[in-house]
Amino acid sequence: MQWETVIGLEVHVQLATRSKIFSGASTAFGAEPNTQACAVDLGLPGVLPVLNEQAVAMAVQFGLAVHADIAEVSVFDRKNYFYPDLPKGYQTSQMYHPIVGPGEVEITLEDGSTKHIRIHHAHLEEDAGKSLHEDFHGMTGIDLNRAGTPLLEIVSEPDMRSAKEAAAYLKAIHSIVTYLGISDGNMAEGSMRCDVNVSVRPKGQEAFGTRAEIKNVNSFRFVERAIAFEVERQIELIEDGGSVVQETRLFDPDRDETRSMRTKEEANDYRYFPCPDLLPVVLDQAYLDHLRSQLPELPADKRERFQNELGLSAYDANVISASRDMAEFFEAVHSECGDAKQAANWVQGELSGALNRESLSIANSPISARQLGELISRVLDDTINGKAAKEVFQALWNGQGESADEVIEAKGLKQVTDTGAIEAMIDQVIADSPAQVAQYRDSEPEKRGKMIGYFVGQVMKASRGTANPQQVNGLLKEKLDALL
Amino acid sequence: MAIEDSHVRRAAHLARLAISDDQASGFVDDLSRIIDMVDQLQSIDTTGISPLSHPLDATQRLRADEVTETNQRDTFQRCAPAVENGLYLVPRVVE
Repeated sequence: MQWETVIGLEVHVQLATRSKIFSGASTAFGAEPNTQACAVDLGLPGVLPVLNEQAVAMAVQFGLAVHADIAEVSVFDRKNYFYPDLPKGYQTSQMYHPIVGPGEVEITLEDGSTKHIRIHHAHLEEDAGKSLHEDFHGMTGIDLNRAGTPLLEIVSEPDMRSAKEAAAYLKAIHSIVTYLGISDGNMAEGSMRCDVNVSVRPKGQEAFGTRAEIKNVNSFRFVERAIAFEVERQIELIEDGGSVVQETRLFDPDRDETRSMRTKEEANDYRYFPCPDLLPVVLDQAYLDHLRSQLPELPADKRERFQNELGLSAYDANVISASRDMAEFFEAVHSECGDAKQAANWVQGELSGALNRESLSIANSPISARQLGELISRVLDDTINGKAAKEVFQALWNGQGESADEVIEAKGLKQVTDTGAIEAMIDQVIADSPAQVAQYRDSEPEKRGKMIGYFVGQVMKASRGTANPQQVNGLLKEKLDALL
Repeated sequence: MAIEDSHVRRAAHLARLAISDDQASGFVDDLSRIIDMVDQLQSIDTTGISPLSHPLDATQRLRADEVTETNQRDTFQRCAPAVENGLYLVPRVVE
């Protein structure tokens, strides 16, 4: 039987506010345990939450970026459950009137095609603390620094049909939130976490199969692997005559499998009700218009502009626009050198390669966009050839010089385009290579094209790489053919 | 809706309340009367009336995103039964 996979994602994005969603405690990462958990976060008697305006603004910005309806009135609810890292006994969330309504995100697949994934809604909520299950004399340690950190939970419709689409969707969300600057998007530090709903159904069937929810999927790669495993598990189960149980499963990246999380049935009865400590949040049109006017150019718009106005390929435009840092670096290089294609090639090729080798992000590139743009300009105006350009790049990378011009000067890399000088070098090479000249003369005319490579190499060597290769080629051919 | 003993026990369990058998039967009566009253309210036609999410006719005031709290861990942990390395210790949670 042919099976179809149906995937929906719930992405939790930690919002990059300075203080918590309902208290003035700091959200800074990595502090000593419980030094950033105040009376409100601890749920001590008598405290009241006060909503952080920045968390609201960030949620709205996300909503605007995914063309969603923003709720004029949104309401906070209590989601009740008992767990030691949730001191109040409930999580303040938005169940019935979320701040962000239906919207959509465009994803780009590997073949360059695009697809729209619908967003069901996105709501604001508070994060819980952390439980440390290492052995503290048979007890569990609780760190509440994270309790009360603002989260935006983005819930998609079940619109994805493969692990690749799910990963592309997660990347698109990551791009949007980092472009907006509403989250650092750091998955390793838990700033973006993802629950995946997966089900399978016979191809052509309308009704959805029973789904399993996979928790703890915290990297782009894990999303693909967890789905691949889960799809195979479900198909095997059904084909062996069994049926999928609706349950929560945990992804174990070490074993590359998902496992059932046995939880008591009661644990899922959250008894939501409106939070009496918080009033409805009312947003007016002027406020939304103001936030809309502050939106930066978003990844999808950049991608389109790079393709349509700068003439980049769909692939280049997609890769470069995925990260705001890379897109802005590319744009700075382009404005310096004026050649988009060359700028894209250098940013994705030489620069990305060097950054990867040293595990650096583009924001920490030792070579600046201005330096790289100037270097490309020197290739474009024939001051240096491609080989010398790589040498200049390496020198700038290593901090041996402030600018491309300085390095070119210091290393004597300026391309020799003086015909007389090149001719003199060619004459010398021909005089020094009688055997190769004889071979050239005696071979079939169609094979001579290949043989000329030897002479080009010798001349380039004699010029220490500075001769213009096209000129060398042309002049050599003339001179050798004159000997026939 | 009729309230039964099992509903009361389930609600008590979810709220982590210990109740005796006597109390449970008392709650069955109390809750049944409350539900009857709610049923009466349900019979009112509310077409076109938006649900009330808060009794106060006011909207949420927002707070500027500023860190105003200082570290008071020592004070807060003074009333905790067990702490170690700055962590609150609780009976082991097994998933």
